[in-house]
Amino acid sequence: MWNYSETVMEHYRNPRNAGSIEDADAIGEAGSLSCGDMLKLYLKVDDNGIITDAKFQTFGCGSAVASSSIMTEMIIGKHIDEARKITNKQIAEALGGLPPEKMHCSVMGHEALEAAIANYYHEDIKPHTDEELVCTCFDITKSFLIEEIKNNNLKTLEDVINYTKAGGACGKCQGKIKEILAEINSVPKEEKLTKTQMIIKINNIIEKYISPELRKDGGDIELIDVDENQIKVKLTGRCQACNRSKITLTHFVEATLKQHINENIEIIQV
Amino acid sequence: MSNSKLIYLDNNATTKVDEQVLEAMMPYFCQYYGNPSSIYEFGGLNSRVIKEARETLREFFGARSSKEIFFTASGSESANMAIRGILAGDKSKNHLITTKVEHPCVLNLHKQLEKEGYNVTYIGVNSAGELNTDELYDAVNEKTALVSVMYANNETGAIFPVEEIAQKVKSKNKDTKIYVDAVQAAGKINLDVENTEIDMMGISGHKFHAPKGIGALYVKSSVLISPLIIGGHQENGKRAGTENVPSIVGLAKAASLAQDALPYEATKVKELRDKLETGILSKIYNARLNSPSNNRVPNTTNIGFEYIEGELILLNLNDLGICASSGSACTSGSLDPSHVLKAMGVPFTALHGSIRFSLSRFTTEEEIDYTIAKMPEVVNKLTALSPFQKELAELKRRKGII
Repeated sequence: MWNYSETVMEHYRNPRNAGSIEDADAIGEAGSLSCGDMLKLYLKVDDNGIITDAKFQTFGCGSAVASSSIMTEMIIGKHIDEARKITNKQIAEALGGLPPEKMHCSVMGHEALEAAIANYYHEDIKPHTDEELVCTCFDITKSFLIEEIKNNNLKTLEDVINYTKAGGACGKCQGKIKEILAEINSVPKEEKLTKTQMIIKINNIIEKYISPELRKDGGDIELIDVDENQIKVKLTGRCQACNRSKITLTHFVEATLKQHINENIEIIQV
Repeated sequence: MSNSKLIYLDNNATTKVDEQVLEAMMPYFCQYYGNPSSIYEFGGLNSRVIKEARETLREFFGARSSKEIFFTASGSESANMAIRGILAGDKSKNHLITTKVEHPCVLNLHKQLEKEGYNVTYIGVNSAGELNTDELYDAVNEKTALVSVMYANNETGAIFPVEEIAQKVKSKNKDTKIYVDAVQAAGKINLDVENTEIDMMGISGHKFHAPKGIGALYVKSSVLISPLIIGGHQENGKRAGTENVPSIVGLAKAASLAQDALPYEATKVKELRDKLETGILSKIYNARLNSPSNNRVPNTTNIGFEYIEGELILLNLNDLGICASSGSACTSGSLDPSHVLKAMGVPFTALHGSIRFSLSRFTTEEEIDYTIAKMPEVVNKLTALSPFQKELAELKRRKGII
C-alpha cells in the first residue's frame, strides 16, 4: 500500500475539474497508454491571457489523477505566463508530497501543462525524432532527462527512475542514464575564489541552511573572518551560552559548509 | 480503513489462518515448547508431532514416503532449496529450462543462475496463457540439468500439464530433473506426485490457510539434493535449524482441511468465481478475460479493464472494503507491468488495467454479489476520467452496445 498523503487521497477520490473542454483554447498531452499513464489537459484562456477554465482526463494511478486534479486548481485564474512558472515540485508539494516512486506523476502533470501552453502560443514542441532517445520503453530523450535531472537535483539512477520512469522497465538504458548523471553532477574544477567571493558564498550558505536552524533554538551565527579554509565564526543569542555549542559547530555548521564548499573547511569559534 | 466490511478477494496473495489451524498450533507455543531434538520426553514428544505432520503432508502431496517431505519457511525457500540443491550436486550440466511466467522465486533465481554461468531457456505462453510445451521439449538437451515449471500460475490461475511435461522431458533426457512450483495449486487441486516423474515440488502454507512462514518441499527419494542451510541434523540433514513446531503442526492441519475441502473448491468456490467473472464481463463493456477459460484453478480470475489503470481501480475498491490485486506497474513500484500478462500478449490497452480476484472457501455469495454490484460503478467512474474516450466509444460500438 502506498503511503499517500490525505490530499492525494482526497483528490483521487474526488477529482476536481475532470473532463474535457469542447472549444478549448489549448490542449496538452503527456505520457501514453503503453507507458501506463497519460494525461490530457484542456485550457480555456481569455483575451487577457488568464486561464478561466481547465479540465483534465487522466489514465494512470492514484497519484497521477491527484497530480492532474490539483494542477488544474493551481492554474485556474492565473495568467498563462504565471502558470508556466509552476514546477513539478510545486505540484508535488501542493499534494503534501508524493512517494518517491510516484514523483514521475508530478512530472507528467508539469509536462502536460508545458505542452498546453506551447500549444496556446503555437510553439513547436521539439520533435522526438531529431533527438537522442535514451529510454525506448518510455520514449524519453536525453534533453528531457537533462532538464529533469537539473530541475529536481537528481543524483542517482533510482532518482531518475522515480521522477521520469526512464530506465524503470527493461533497464537497458540504465548505463546511459548513469553516464548522463555523471556528466551533469561532476563538479567542474572550480576556479579559486577570491576572499570576497568566498565570504559571499559562505554567507549565502549560512543564510540558507544554517541560520534558519539555529534561529529555531533562539540563537544565530555570525561570520567573522575567512582565512583560506579556516572560517572564523561567532555564535550569538542562545547558542552563545549553550553547552552543546561545540557539537552544533562541528556536527552541523562545519558539516554543512564542508558539504557545500569543500572537505577541508575548518570552523574556528571566536 | 475499518474492518467492518472487508471483502477479501486476494487469496492468491495470502489467506486467513483457519481458526481450527490456529487452535491446533496453540499448545505448541507455551505448553509443549520443547526442542524436538532433546532427549527427554518433553522435547521428544515434539519429534513425534513433527513425524505425524510429515505423514499428513505425505498424504497431501500424494508421495510414497514421508521421508520425501521437508519442511521449509516458504514457497521461495522450497524453490531455492530444490533448484540450488540439485545444481550443487551435479556440476556436469549447465543448461536450465523454465517459463517466462514463473513466480519471481523461480524466475529471479534463474536470472541469478545465468549470472553464475548457467544457460537458461525461458519458455513462453500463448494468448490463453497455455505453455508452449513443444518449444519446451525441443529445448531439452543432454546438458539440461533441470526443468522448472509452475503447476498453476499465480496471476491467471492457468494450470500447466506438469505430469505430461515431466514424462516427455524424461523421455528426452532421463537425467534431467523436474521441479514443480505448486504454491498456487496446493489446496485448490489434488496433488499426486507418486505416480508422476516429477522429482521435486514446493508448496507454501499461507496460500491455504496455514500461517505465513511455513512451507514444504517434496523430493523424490531417488533424487539427491545438497542442503542450502548447513548446521544440525534437522530435516534429515537437508535443512538445519530447530524445527518450527507450531507452524509445522499448523501446516499439517491446514493441509488436511484443504484436502477435505477440495470437492468444495471444485464446485462451490468455482461457482462463485464463475459468477463473479460472468457478472463483471457481462456488465462492463471494456472488460476482457485474461485468464484461460479452461484448465484453471477454481478460485482465480484475471480481468483486464481497457483504457483505465489498475492501481486506481484497486484504490477505489479499497474504499469499498474490497481487496484484490493488479498486474499494473503502478501498484508494485516497478514500472513494468506484469511479466505474466506481457508474456501472454495481453494488449497494452488492458495490460495496465488488469485485476486479479482470487477467492477462498471462506468467500461468501453475498460478498460476490456485492462486488458484482460495485464493479460497474467503479469502472464507469474511472472510464469517464480516461483520455481515451474516442477509443472507448469505438470499443462500445464494436461490442454492439449503443
